[in-house]
Amino acid sequence: MRKIISFILIAIIAAGIFFSLEEIPFGAAKSRVREYYLDNGIKQTGATNIVTSVVVSYRGFDTLGEVTVLFLASIGLSAILYRKKEEKRKKRRKSSLILYTGCRFLFPLILLFGSYIFIHGHLTPGGGFQGGAIVASGFLLIMLGCWGWEGINRNRFKVTESLSGLVFVIVGLLGLFYGGYFLLNYLPKGIPNQLFSAGIIPIIYIAIGFKVGSEIAGIINDMVRSG
Amino acid sequence: MIILEIILVFVMLVGAVAAGIFKDLLNAVIAAGFVSFIAAILFYFLHAPDVAMAEASIGAALTVAIFIIAIKKTKGFEEDDEEDN
Repeated sequence: MRKIISFILIAIIAAGIFFSLEEIPFGAAKSRVREYYLDNGIKQTGATNIVTSVVVSYRGFDTLGEVTVLFLASIGLSAILYRKKEEKRKKRRKSSLILYTGCRFLFPLILLFGSYIFIHGHLTPGGGFQGGAIVASGFLLIMLGCWGWEGINRNRFKVTESLSGLVFVIVGLLGLFYGGYFLLNYLPKGIPNQLFSAGIIPIIYIAIGFKVGSEIAGIINDMVRSG
Repeated sequence: MIILEIILVFVMLVGAVAAGIFKDLLNAVIAAGFVSFIAAILFYFLHAPDVAMAEASIGAALTVAIFIIAIKKTKGFEEDDEEDN
């Protein structure tokens, strides 16, 4: 009986999704905002990557909300997993020499690649979220591969995260102070396609990169160390 | 190119169904990561490198790793309890 009812419910949901998506002309140029961004994006923000100019400049406030959601998730997870007393952990076998050396050799290269992606977020594809995730995967590698290594103090992740979040908010509030609205691009735009261009966009994206990287690395650190 | 995309979509469907069917959670997580990986390739073919990068690093790498750590610390098997129907 329960299976029949759930099957009927799923069929109703599928029919609803199908008939509502059928109405949408998929891929057709319906909205004019896309052309506006493509035509005026480089001129108005100075960033050659249009995605970055939308994420950080046109829709910067939404990005602040997105970063806040990630922050709350990370805080909630560490509040659940946090234990004041470090339990006696099972004795871990030290990883072999090849694995240990390989991890320690790859770790700075992964950090370099991730920071390249979020520093060049306004020029090439990628940005703070992608670069931060790559930095966090470097931390994941060193936490899983180097068993002899004792893990990072969790407070350092929290401090990095909070400081970069503060940088984001303060840079935005300075826009309120200079020109009247939050996240105003008040620095000189510079020449497009150069590293020092696009005003406050690289500063904010570097802050987001640090924030996302330290949040995800902190989540993994909490999970590896707990229990 | 379009044939390759069709093949990738079908492989992705197979992976998604397998992720639901597998009883061993480790296999299911790996199948889900495989779906994310193919989604990243498809995003790249659709000229969205930003999304492809995010999908490949978060969906295919970090999520799988977090799930595997969680499975390692818990039981790792889905139990059958289908007494009532």
